Amino acid sequence: MQIPAPFDYVRATTVEDALELLARHGPESRIIAGGHSLLPMMKLRLSRPEWLIDINDLFELDFILRDGEDLRIGALTRHTTLLESDEVHRLFPIVRDAELVIADPVVRNRGTIGGSLCQADPAEDLSTVCAVLGAIAVVRGPGGERTLSMHDFHRGPYQTAVGPDELLCEVRLPIRARSASAYEKVERRVGDWAVGAAGASVTLAEDGSIADAAVGLTALGLDHTVEEAAGLLRGKRPSEELFADAGRLAAEACDPVADQRGPVDYKRHLADELTRRVLRRACARAAGHPDQPATPTQEG
Amino acid sequence: MTVIHERESNPAAGDADRPIGYGRIQRKEDPRFVRGKGHYLDDIVLPGMLHGAVLRAPVAHARLVSIDTTNALAHPKVHAVITGKDLEGLKLAWAPTLSADVQAVLVTDKVRFQGQEVAFVVAEDRYAARDALELIDVEYDVLPPLVDARRALDADAPLIRDEMEGRTDNRIFDWEMGDAAETDAVFAGADVVVSQEMVYPRVHPAPMETCGAVADFDPVDGKLTLYETTQAPHAHRTLFAIVAGIPEHKIRIVSPDIGGGFGNKVGIYPGYILAVVGSIVTGRPVKWMEDRSENLMSTSFARDYIMQGEIAATKDGKILALRTNVLADHGAFNATAQPTKNPAGFFSIFTGSYDLQAAHCKVTGVYTNKAPGGVAYACSFRVTEAVYLVERMVDVLARKLEMDPAELRLKNFIKPEQFPYANKTGWVYDSGNYEAAMRRSMELAGYEELRREQQEKRAKGELMGIGLSFFTEVVGAGPRKHFDIVGLGMADGAELRVHPTGKAVVRLSVQSQGQGHETTFAQIVAEELGIPPENIDVVHGDTDQTPFGLGTYGSRSTPVSGGAVALVARKVREKAKLIAAAMLETRPEDLEWEKGRWFVKGDPTAGKTIEDIAMAAHGTLTLPEGVDGNLDAEVTYDPPNLTFPFGAYICVVDVDPGTGRVLVRRFIAVDDCGTRINPMIIEGQVHGGLTDGVGMALMEIIEFDADGNNLGGSFMDYLIPTAMEVPDWETGFTVTPSPHHPIGAKGIGESATVGSPPAIVNAVVDALAPFGVTHMDMPCTPARVWAAMQGRATPPI
Ligand SMILES: Cc1cc2nc3c(=O)[nH]c(=O)nc-3n(C[C@H](O)[C@H](O)[C@H](O)COP(=O)(O)OP(=O)(O)OC[C@H]3O[C@@H](n4cnc5c(N)ncnc54)[C@H](O)[C@@H]3O)c2cc1C
Repeated sequence: MQIPAPFDYVRATTVEDALELLARHGPESRIIAGGHSLLPMMKLRLSRPEWLIDINDLFELDFILRDGEDLRIGALTRHTTLLESDEVHRLFPIVRDAELVIADPVVRNRGTIGGSLCQADPAEDLSTVCAVLGAIAVVRGPGGERTLSMHDFHRGPYQTAVGPDELLCEVRLPIRARSASAYEKVERRVGDWAVGAAGASVTLAEDGSIADAAVGLTALGLDHTVEEAAGLLRGKRPSEELFADAGRLAAEACDPVADQRGPVDYKRHLADELTRRVLRRACARAAGHPDQPATPTQEG
Repeated sequence: MTVIHERESNPAAGDADRPIGYGRIQRKEDPRFVRGKGHYLDDIVLPGMLHGAVLRAPVAHARLVSIDTTNALAHPKVHAVITGKDLEGLKLAWAPTLSADVQAVLVTDKVRFQGQEVAFVVAEDRYAARDALELIDVEYDVLPPLVDARRALDADAPLIRDEMEGRTDNRIFDWEMGDAAETDAVFAGADVVVSQEMVYPRVHPAPMETCGAVADFDPVDGKLTLYETTQAPHAHRTLFAIVAGIPEHKIRIVSPDIGGGFGNKVGIYPGYILAVVGSIVTGRPVKWMEDRSENLMSTSFARDYIMQGEIAATKDGKILALRTNVLADHGAFNATAQPTKNPAGFFSIFTGSYDLQAAHCKVTGVYTNKAPGGVAYACSFRVTEAVYLVERMVDVLARKLEMDPAELRLKNFIKPEQFPYANKTGWVYDSGNYEAAMRRSMELAGYEELRREQQEKRAKGELMGIGLSFFTEVVGAGPRKHFDIVGLGMADGAELRVHPTGKAVVRLSVQSQGQGHETTFAQIVAEELGIPPENIDVVHGDTDQTPFGLGTYGSRSTPVSGGAVALVARKVREKAKLIAAAMLETRPEDLEWEKGRWFVKGDPTAGKTIEDIAMAAHGTLTLPEGVDGNLDAEVTYDPPNLTFPFGAYICVVDVDPGTGRVLVRRFIAVDDCGTRINPMIIEGQVHGGLTDGVGMALMEIIEFDADGNNLGGSFMDYLIPTAMEVPDWETGFTVTPSPHHPIGAKGIGESATVGSPPAIVNAVVDALAPFGVTHMDMPCTPARVWAAMQGRATPPI
């Protein structure tokens, strides 16, 4: 058994209570949500918070609701809830694509969207998902509430704009007509973190051309979306050549590092290959076509 | 998951569900496991028990400058801190390994691998013990590490074992088998010679339960009770007597339920010794249980063989000879658990299933700055590496000759009439019908159809591969005159007592780690005596309660202890015959046996069941001359030869051309382990081994960086397969009993782990044929497969 360094523990009862506890216990305190990123690091004694502030009783942060042109998702919403939500799937198919390959059911039952985004692991999948969907993060702190684009929220590997006395409360996903999205990840084994992954979201114009698009990469050394690809895609008709060009731009934009999951050239290749695949699938979905299996599956 | 397997008729079964004897019955041990009532090492709680934790070296190679334990000792819950210096005083700083080497229990002079044991804390609870580790101050003088085994013998390589008198290099041994000159001559005259370097990377057995011990030394009567996660309790008792100087009758080793061993629990780890020292020092029981990272980083690994293979053949595909040079990385201490006379284990079985004119192998073992050990699941004492070598080489040859790999194998198999078959490296294969197994496997797979499908897919640019492997194992060591471990002959004992009411207890020297011994061995007694398996208790894992023997590893339990149990049951049966004759007032030679009963020849109504006889044996009957009043017996079985299980495996993979991901779509496994005792248990062993094979072929590797840091120290980094990576197993069988084994059984524990990796790699290489790929090393991760597709396949080490 791996054993963390000593720490104290308290359960927050409301968002206000959590903020107050954060203020009281200072920067050596940590919010614990699903615990699936924080606890492993504590067990390896890589993270040694003095206080854990447990927000699992904050049911007010566990919701998915449609509010006008936004889908609002509470920070405590579990991976499983996102995976199983038909409404989320209908509006943002990328979420189910991603959730199906995030960890395993045990982790997904506890892990939360808020924890995922705040952990900001470079191989974390929901950051890419939220980035390509143009999500807005709602953060509360002693000074009240503020909203941030994912670009402003995400400050690089393991870094976000959420201050030590703040809480991420929800994520708002803008709903757009004639839009669809897709995600694909290469992992060495089910439940493993990405070797590389790509996500795309597209909005088609009436005439079938691409009105807007976003491409994001996971674990490939790029914190934000691939702006060059989005620029290229806008106003063009979807085609294999276009996807290939976008893939090439993604490969150029990324900056992967070699590790046990693979060398740089392979990861760069994945940026290209997976960008093409997710654009192909997102465009087909936006045009109303059923999914084609992209890769052979175990069931296949 | 649906599992396709063949059901065999079970002539031994009284009715299909509850056979008295061999057949498909549920495991007797499972009710306690599925109800969470198993009793593992970490479940043991003794009154007053303290907890130990090991401080481990953060670097791979460093002089130990100083250790300051003052702050740790000042921790209010700490009872003792033990360092290498303390052990030196007790003459326990170094302990003998199972391979005629010594291993540091705690570092005294120099750290030799990352994760090596540096100090031991004994505290009130496990939390305090861990916290106190951080209070020990250690100063290291870091040395350049030796990580790459290929550089181990370079003149400028760091000398790892500088404490050994007169040692100037990192060579542990050179070992040869076969006739080099004869082999060279055959190679020189051959039409075709192909060579290929292949690496079997370092992998880890990664049992679900990590290693641990609870030591309870009684200061009054001097008796040590040591609960251990061990696969070999009796061998451990003798070794502890030798190492710790405690008289052997004052040592009791108890191996409780074990959560998987796979060879990981054969050796004696420093932690076990430290728990004993901790208990002696504090006068209280001490528990030590390693965590997952400690298990992965410091306990016995498997493989780590760099093999240069060469195969010679005629141009029409008659294989003539095989030779190989192997560089074996044994880590910092030679702690491999294998028979004394076999430093490379049974690697010389690399001649495989083929009738060769000559064969030769040379293995060089070297020290590196890595964890020691090197026997593990389907090590089968290195049969795994041997089978991988020959089965890959045959495929390399098939490609060169442009022959179908199935056809090439069929052409070269040892024929049924050639058994017993003496191979070119000194083994005598007991029995086999290889062609039958191969054809069965091809039939189950629909081999021709698969090849057609592959053609169609290739035309469309899809990558489908079909891989074959045909393995012959050598398992079940002794005989004791040839095989020993630190001088202890590899034989096993069994004791059987039939109680007055006809229920029985059989005591074994081997210890289960999940293989179902409580069922299999009860079934052997049941088959021999006709007592239902549920009425037979199997006792194992406690040296105070069981006869001496060498333990469970290398698939030896059924070949060795299975023989012992059959023979002890037969001894009881013979004794029962004498008693039955007295009861029936007839001569023993007039009696005939049917399962469960002796009766008078020609008068089936005049008979006595084993229950009747058991009661009479313990009752008031006047017993014949020389027969004691019980129905008990004991034997030690010294096998006359090893057994040679075999099998034919076919794997079908699909490779994603864009990402290099490998999907194992189908796997067909036909196994022949001789007589089948419990087919369900056999299938379980096969399923587990196949899954392990998928792990090794596709993802498992313990890597090190240039500084000697272990990169596989957690399950996030060291990947083992899940149900999602494996297909529905399709299993089949043939039955070729071992002629010399009392019940014809051969052992199945490691067959699938041995046999499956080459089938999977052969399938991946076959899938990549359109890219001109002729070989790639494990693990076939997406990145490595993609590199192979680009013509840049590289060895993993
Ligand atoms: C075996 C395994 C495999 C995994 N594989 C993947 C994978 O493939 N892809 C992937 O994306 N993820 C993966 N994960 C991570 C998983 O998705 C985590 O659940 C997630 O990253 C963190 O969510 P959590 O709720 O568990 O956060 P926690 O561990 O509770 O917290 C993580 C961090 O976020 C902070 N935090 C949490 N909630 C808030 C909040 N509302 N406001 C401010 N700060 C907050 C915490 O203080 C902490 O610093 C894996 C995890 C495991 C254990």
